[in-house]
Amino acid sequence: MDMDLHSLIPLLPELVLLLAGCAILVLDLFLTDRQRDLTYVFSLVALAAAAAAAIGVGGSSREILMSGNFVRAIFVVTALAFVYSRGYLQARRLYRGEFYVLGLFAALGMSVMVSAGSFLSAYLGLELLALSLYALVAFDRDSGAGSEAAIKYFVLGALASGLLLYGISMVYGASGALDFATVSETLRATDTDRTVLVFGLVFVVIGIAFKFGAVPFHMWVPDVYQGAPTPVTLLLGSAPKIAAFALAMRLLGDGLGVLHGDWQQMLVLLAVASLALGNVVAIAQTNIKRMLAYSTISHVGFIFLGLLAGTADGEAAAMFYSILYALMAAGAFGVLVLLSREGLEAEQIEDLRGLNQRSPWYAGMMLLLMFSMAGVPPTAGFFAKLFVLDAVIGIDMVWLAIVAVSFSIVGAFYYLRVVKVMYFDAPVDESPLSAPADAVWVLSLNGLTMLVLGFFPAALLSICTAAVA
Amino acid sequence: MTAELPILSLTIWLPILGAVLVLGSGDRAPNLTKWLALGFAVATFLVSLPLYSGFHLGTAEMQFVERAAWIPAFDVHYHLGVDGISVPLILLTTFMTVLVIIAGWEAIHYRPAQYMAAFLVMEGVMVGVFSALDAVLFYVFWEAMLIPMFLIIGVWGGPNRVYATIKFFLYTFLGSVFMLVALIYMYTQSGSFEVLGFHALKLSLKEQILIFIAFLLAFAVKVPMWPVHTWLPDAHVEAPTGGSVILAAIMLKIGGYGFLRFSLPIAPDASNYLDLLIIAMSLIAVVYIGFVALVQQDMKKLIAYSSISHMGFVTLGFFIAFIVMAQPAAQGGAALGIQGGMVQMVSHGFISGALFLCVGVLYDRIHSRQIADYGGVVNTMPWFAAFMVFFAMANAGLPGTSGFVGEFMVILASFRADFWYAFLAATTLIIGAAYTLWMVKRVVFGEVANDKVAKLQDVNGREALVLTTLAIAVLLLGLWPQPLIELMDASVEHLLRHIAVSKL
Repeated sequence: MDMDLHSLIPLLPELVLLLAGCAILVLDLFLTDRQRDLTYVFSLVALAAAAAAAIGVGGSSREILMSGNFVRAIFVVTALAFVYSRGYLQARRLYRGEFYVLGLFAALGMSVMVSAGSFLSAYLGLELLALSLYALVAFDRDSGAGSEAAIKYFVLGALASGLLLYGISMVYGASGALDFATVSETLRATDTDRTVLVFGLVFVVIGIAFKFGAVPFHMWVPDVYQGAPTPVTLLLGSAPKIAAFALAMRLLGDGLGVLHGDWQQMLVLLAVASLALGNVVAIAQTNIKRMLAYSTISHVGFIFLGLLAGTADGEAAAMFYSILYALMAAGAFGVLVLLSREGLEAEQIEDLRGLNQRSPWYAGMMLLLMFSMAGVPPTAGFFAKLFVLDAVIGIDMVWLAIVAVSFSIVGAFYYLRVVKVMYFDAPVDESPLSAPADAVWVLSLNGLTMLVLGFFPAALLSICTAAVA
Repeated sequence: MTAELPILSLTIWLPILGAVLVLGSGDRAPNLTKWLALGFAVATFLVSLPLYSGFHLGTAEMQFVERAAWIPAFDVHYHLGVDGISVPLILLTTFMTVLVIIAGWEAIHYRPAQYMAAFLVMEGVMVGVFSALDAVLFYVFWEAMLIPMFLIIGVWGGPNRVYATIKFFLYTFLGSVFMLVALIYMYTQSGSFEVLGFHALKLSLKEQILIFIAFLLAFAVKVPMWPVHTWLPDAHVEAPTGGSVILAAIMLKIGGYGFLRFSLPIAPDASNYLDLLIIAMSLIAVVYIGFVALVQQDMKKLIAYSSISHMGFVTLGFFIAFIVMAQPAAQGGAALGIQGGMVQMVSHGFISGALFLCVGVLYDRIHSRQIADYGGVVNTMPWFAAFMVFFAMANAGLPGTSGFVGEFMVILASFRADFWYAFLAATTLIIGAAYTLWMVKRVVFGEVANDKVAKLQDVNGREALVLTTLAIAVLLLGLWPQPLIELMDASVEHLLRHIAVSKL
């Protein structure tokens, strides 16, 4: 393969991120604590530049880039995480350059996962993301819970990566290739040994389920969400879901599409188990980070529902769902991060008490986010669920749709409880919240997006449809 | 037939815009906020009037139609339109909202801006439900109704409000998600979300029955029908007066409207097949819930149970039509049943709203809803007593009030079906009179019960204005129901012709 500069153009967003990440890492060494804002600003600029590069590259080179839009969604959500966390980090003496550099590398990893054209590069992207996140979870090194969460995450994550790699090696053995297009072609053309393939597929699916946190591979999710500093949870719980979806779609849809019948059954089981366990166990939680962790698990179930349909509609629906979920999670954790700033850690549902009395605007945004997660119109969460249900009913699995909506009734209860605490309970402390202006603006934008996308879902949907076409 | 002004869109979005402005004005100047809210409510009512004056009688076509692409990928449209069934309900909505805003003028002290905004949003969304002709749009409005009502009960409600409002939300949500699955299923069958397209869709009996049950879950919870009615007494008791009024006067009607717009025309064979089930549920509501109302100690609970019992008449009227149609001699009776149900819905909107407002007047003064805390109110509040007795009579179905017309039409239609249906339905005239008048006797008449009652002030101008308006409406509809019946005549005839043809 000849490596002239021209062939690197599709890689531009990733290159920009890589170079910026390294540059900021070095630059940060020479900055005093007061000048740290520079790191913050440069990181945001780097993300913006990468996003611009993704637009510039566009859809001209489909074989490497799935779509610039996908990558941009990841960059946007990562930027959200950066903006929300600044005040929190400053208040806790955690305002260090490493947070942003690791965040940038995580974004780079995600972007590689999304853009990967072969099993191996997808795996490398995944590892880059995972390693950055392990370090970030342990970012507050004096926190016992944080270190515990990091170790758990690391051990289980490494196991999952191993399983995924093992599965990939089987696929390689059966097909003799690593890039998705060739694998798919070979499997379609020749009569390969299905036993080995399906064996490998099981491991690939398990690896993906681990990364998503789908039941029964979800054990790490609540502990890591709870143990990590809230800004890290925000980063961990939002954008990687988009990347994980892209990974699943790449591996299962593009690479192993021939085995659709096999992985469909596996995903049905994973989806139903995730919907059931996530929604039911979330009810019992008093810690809101843990509650949102279980809520993630249930949302993963919905994303799987879209994926398992295996149709273009289903993939577009799942993509819509995962992008929207990343935005909702970023907003919800963002509210927690902003609430946490006054010396106390907003971790219990009780900490949101009387928020409407203290700061009606934040309460309103959180209200929108919660109803969106519950899937109540006119918020965007409803359309995410509608499209997924439509895909599932489209392949004649009405029973699965009924299971899904039944569990979303259960889910509505715990989201309502958050709204109840904010609106119906009296506050413990009456003082209004104070948050940096940039975070407030971004939060407002994030919350209102739920409403805007609820009124006009067509634009994002058509982007998703174009991306998977 | 497109009107020049998008009147339906205006009626939906004007109050919602008003709500945004009211929220923006905040609680710093409560008077400004209230006048702003009232201004928008009145303006919306005025905007909605052309729906009546510009309505073409004699056609069952949808009128004031607006249609624009919304989500092209799924063939979802922003498609609005009204016929003779939805126009009365839209007007009822815009009319009652004005009264509710006036009624909440002094009673609400905590965050009045949010309170007024919630009611304005409710108004727009409810009008949306009645005018949506696209299933997704309908569902969006249908569910969006829950959020403001959830907050209204939860924030401004009584002591047990959290339990009541979560129960209300989950019950309604439970009912409606299955409807969503049914709607999507029909989309996969017909390729579009057009409600009128669903009407024409051929479905097997098995499909129809499943779809009918999905709709029944949604609409029966909303109406509410026995045995899924238990959320209503809780919600009514805990809701603030305005919330109770909107709940009783309009939200319950949405369930009835759903039967006419979705269940009957989409699944006519299933409706025919299962009509006895619905009739039985309706009669149980009419008779059994009537007896339950008799023993209530709490005025709001009593009116809530009376609402369930009266709404039983509505569903009875709708489904008795199938039995009447099966008897070739009695063709006119089918229309009578459906029209009776419709008249009953509008009439019940006025009467139950008025009764809840009456309880609100008392509650604002003494802060109790218990019947036992009152007695001899007529001595200190003669004007109020006159209103309360009048509305109670209307609730009991006194001829000359609107309560009589609807019940009489439904009973008449039931006679053509079977004597015993009519007999059971007619017992409500006795039971209804018993529980309403007994309540009035204990609250209004007799000796002055205690010091609190002795110190009561009669209704002020604002309250008198609201109650007088409703009293006129009740009388007008009772003495001269013809305009309302003419309004829906063509649409009901069309509906009957449609459901008479089997889809199998």
